[in-house]
Amino acid sequence: MSDQSASNGRISHGSLMVADPRTKKRNASEARFRAYGIIAISIGVLFLASLAFSILRSGLPAFTQYVAELEVTLSQEDYDAAESKMLKTAAYTDIFIQNFSDALDERGVEVAYDSDAIERILGKVGGDIRGHYRENLDDIGRPVTFQLQTSSRVEGYFKGRVDRESLVDSRFLVKTDLDIIDALTEADILTSRFNWAFIKGTDAGVDNPGGAGIGAAAIGSFFMMLVVLLLSLPIGVAASIYLEEFAPQNKFTDIVEVNISNLAAVPSIVFGILGLSVFIQFMHMPQSAPLVGGLVLTLMTLPTIIISTRASLKAVPPSIRDAALGIGASKMQSVFHHVLPLAMPGILTGTIIGLAQALGESAPLLLIGMVGFVAREFPDGVVSGFLDPNSAMPAQIYTWAARADAGFYEKAWGGIIVLLAFLLTMNIIAIILRRRFERRW
Amino acid sequence: MSFVKLSASALAISAMSVTAAAARDNVQVAGSSTVLPYASIVAEAFGDNFDFPTPVVESGGSSAGLKRFCEGVGENTIDIANSSRPIRDSDIALCLENGVTDIIEVKIGYDGIVFASQIDGPAFTTFEPTDIFNALGANVLVDGEVIANPHTQWADFNAELPAVDINAFIPGTKHGTREVFEEKVLLVGCEETGAFDAMVAGGMSEDDAESACLAVRGNGITVDIDGDYTETLARIEANPNGVGVFGLAFYENNTDSLKVATMGGVVPKTETIASGDYPVSRPLYFFVKKAHIGVIPGVKEFAQFFISNEVAGPDGPLAQYGLVSDPELAATQASVAAEETLAVK
Repeated sequence: MSDQSASNGRISHGSLMVADPRTKKRNASEARFRAYGIIAISIGVLFLASLAFSILRSGLPAFTQYVAELEVTLSQEDYDAAESKMLKTAAYTDIFIQNFSDALDERGVEVAYDSDAIERILGKVGGDIRGHYRENLDDIGRPVTFQLQTSSRVEGYFKGRVDRESLVDSRFLVKTDLDIIDALTEADILTSRFNWAFIKGTDAGVDNPGGAGIGAAAIGSFFMMLVVLLLSLPIGVAASIYLEEFAPQNKFTDIVEVNISNLAAVPSIVFGILGLSVFIQFMHMPQSAPLVGGLVLTLMTLPTIIISTRASLKAVPPSIRDAALGIGASKMQSVFHHVLPLAMPGILTGTIIGLAQALGESAPLLLIGMVGFVAREFPDGVVSGFLDPNSAMPAQIYTWAARADAGFYEKAWGGIIVLLAFLLTMNIIAIILRRRFERRW
Repeated sequence: MSFVKLSASALAISAMSVTAAAARDNVQVAGSSTVLPYASIVAEAFGDNFDFPTPVVESGGSSAGLKRFCEGVGENTIDIANSSRPIRDSDIALCLENGVTDIIEVKIGYDGIVFASQIDGPAFTTFEPTDIFNALGANVLVDGEVIANPHTQWADFNAELPAVDINAFIPGTKHGTREVFEEKVLLVGCEETGAFDAMVAGGMSEDDAESACLAVRGNGITVDIDGDYTETLARIEANPNGVGVFGLAFYENNTDSLKVATMGGVVPKTETIASGDYPVSRPLYFFVKKAHIGVIPGVKEFAQFFISNEVAGPDGPLAQYGLVSDPELAATQASVAAEETLAVK
């Protein structure tokens, strides 16, 4: 600061209108710094934009489904015959294909086909048909309109993954099938629609990507988040209030504090190993259960919540505590009546961010049996929601990405979009809560 | 404070229900990632066709699956382990130690292991086991001497192969596929090139020579893939000169991005594998814990459904996906029906 003298020892009094070299240099360095900042931000935005673009481009097709719409009349004999078989769903598929051939003749679709070709074009429809008739026994003998998904390769043809030139004949699809598909599309039998099954459905076998949905996994995630919320919020808030407001400053509390910060930095897979050995092998809790997943994620989320809660408790001005104590409130009254309500927005924000982190976590779930072909059924009720095997959204995405069929790859990207929608919603709620309840002094 | 009360009671309820609902009603399966696709097809069909809940099928590799299988008997251990290799004596010993005495072995069919590369990449269309060994083996025979592998390009030892750098993606050691790759390709190539005999002549015992044959170069020339075939596919797509090891079913699902190489002049497909002409194939298994039959609902039914003609037969959904069905399926069906267990040594 005292470095006002120029090199020749004479004190320089530059004009305010004309910038001297030193000022110019300082201004230039500021301009450079701003430029660096803008460059950094634009690189970040560029990455974000390209990420969002590639996610949307790869994932949006997962929300469109190509279906064959057809009226089927199932007779009682057909039903009995199919139900007596071992592989009942295959019997229903055969019945449907028979009906389909008849319908094609009726509508006068002029293209050569055989039942094998129709089997290749339609996906695994037997399960859907059987499911419908098992639930609606009255529909037997009545015409029912089904909208049944097409096979993965056919969807690939509509979505541009498969094209006529590069198609190699295989048992999955042959070139002449494409003519049948074009004819069916012209006759309005094959149509596209929004893929509700993807949002509401369950996982499907590896040969049936069209039938796979993320619904069951989303329910699994929901139950896990419920466990995390119910456990980590009370435990975390109680721990931080004690540490921040009541605990004496000694070696013991120092160690606790340091270790909480350490825990926040522990890789999540470690919590998975802990969960496997403690909850499953020692406490004999069920495998693949959202309850166990929730407990593991609670361990992971606790440090985040404790740290953010302590920060927001610290941010409440001491004058509030002093005033409360000064007019005769007990320590506990001052904390619960005055400090805690003021710290609430910060606590809620920290909790939601911790939950969002837990929602996106897949590594610890790998070890407690939630990755694989798991999310196949919706839970019957609350208890089964916690205890029946289920997966979670990130684990489901991971599973899909590892499957051979390109249809599942698309589903994985679609799953990422659903997961991001959940995360965005949670973060927006956090922002709204903070804006609403935040107070300034 | 009602929130605290609410959460406390919710906790109490869930803690109680854990103890109450300990009886598991679904079949738990884990193991080989090669068997996983087939197991998931069967599990879905099982859930669709029976009144049992859909079995849970996890991945993780054959060895990891058998390890979990052998953890003991009880509801929090798995019922069935998938494996792409036969069970070893060491697995059985571990099982016995933990009280898993009666194990039913079920062979579901065969899987071919293929060598494939990028569809637009160099012409890797014919391989012999000797080529693979000369390219990937750590020690190879050059001019009558066993030396550390000097080859950098495929054309260095076989002028018919493309002159591009050697780069291979092979399954990691936790996969059962690795064992088949070592036994049926590396070891065969080692013997055919004469490296095995040269090592024995050089004073190695046969066992040492065998393990020397199985050593691969590493160093970025061979890369162990511990994940699934999708990871190998991603590596191949990023590297035009790469050669990867895949299961037949995976390759058949991705013919638009991969081209396959013949082995010993035979094209890998279901027919050549079933007839035994294509040399690199292996049986796939699952192992059932007999102590769980009758305790966990649906274990035996699932095993029987898995190997029924409708499912694992030549026209079933498994063959449709790429499994080479076992000509001796009927014998397996009979042995599962009779709950025949492995002989304990």
